[in-house]
Order: sequence, then C-alpha cells, then structure tokens
Amino acid sequence: MPMTAAAIEAAILTALPGATVELTDLAGDNDHWAATVAAPQFAGLTRVAQHKLVYAALGGRMGGELHALQVTTVVPN
Amino acid sequence: MTDVNSRISDLVISNDVVLFMKGTPLFPQCGFSSRAVAILDHVGVAYESVDVLQDMEIRQAIKSFSDWPTIPQLYVKGEFVGGSDIMMEMFEAGELQQLMDQKGVVKAG
Repeated sequence: MPMTAAAIEAAILTALPGATVELTDLAGDNDHWAATVAAPQFAGLTRVAQHKLVYAALGGRMGGELHALQVTTVVPN
Repeated sequence: MTDVNSRISDLVISNDVVLFMKGTPLFPQCGFSSRAVAILDHVGVAYESVDVLQDMEIRQAIKSFSDWPTIPQLYVKGEFVGGSDIMMEMFEAGELQQLMDQKGVVKAG
C-alpha cells in the first residue's frame, strides 16, 4: 500500500518537531510525491545528512513502500 | 569486508565519477535514474554507470554501503554525493559543477 500524504507528513513531523512539510502529488496517483521539508534541525548539516534525517523519519519505508518521494530540504530562516 | 563491498569500493575508487542506477544511461529504467543521467550529461563529465538491475548483489549492498535507501546514487572520487534530488539541488545551485572542478574530474570527450 502506498503511504498517504497525511501519513508521510505525520511521520516527518513526529521525527522533526517544528518542521514544515509541503507535499505535492506529482502524478495525481497518490503514490509519487515531492516533499519540501523545512526544519530547524537541518541547520549546519550537509545535504546528505539532511536527507538522511527525512529518510530516518520515514522509518525504512523509503525505497520500499515509498518508491517515489522527491525530497527537498530547507533550513528555515 | 565482504566481497560485494570490496567490489563497490573498487568501483568508486577506480572511477572518478560513478552513478549507480537502474538501467543504462541510454535506457534508464526509472525516472529518478533518468534525471541523474540528464544532470551528469549537462555537467558534461565522463562517468561510469553501474546498472543495479543487472546485479542484485550490488543493488542490495549499495544501500548499506552508502547508508542511503534509494537508487540512483552518485559517487565522485570515492565520496558519496547523494541521490537524484541532491544532484538536482546542487546542479541548480551550480555546486555540482563546482565540485567536479574542485575534484579535477575530466570533462566528457
């Protein structure tokens, strides 16, 4: 089963309190998502480390259940 | 180190730029891999590609090797750079081109 937008957002917010998550359904099929995540926790981290925090928030579902999630990370001002 | 891990490390050490992808640069089998190929072509560097669909051992092992859950994965001079999203962000910011210059990567002929 693909993850719903609400489930993706909830998982990220639980792991990264204070983050904002913006999800776009890329293909209109509820399965190909783009997420822009802005989180204070990203400050000072490399892009790879930032993305790893998002993947960790999704608890191993990335690459499996969640085949298609494009991630953009932002450090909030 | 297991055999497959030493195969991966040989690949990333003996080639300046390595893209682990699904399919080949001419026939990518996944949108994300296709995007990664397009970015490298724009940057204009020579690179080695590894089709993980033809090598199940590498397909599994690369994820723990890089501690990264998805494919494609880009290595430059033995260092993991990121997946296609990071490649795109860096490309748009001009950072990928910079990285290739700094690392002295040869342009595609």
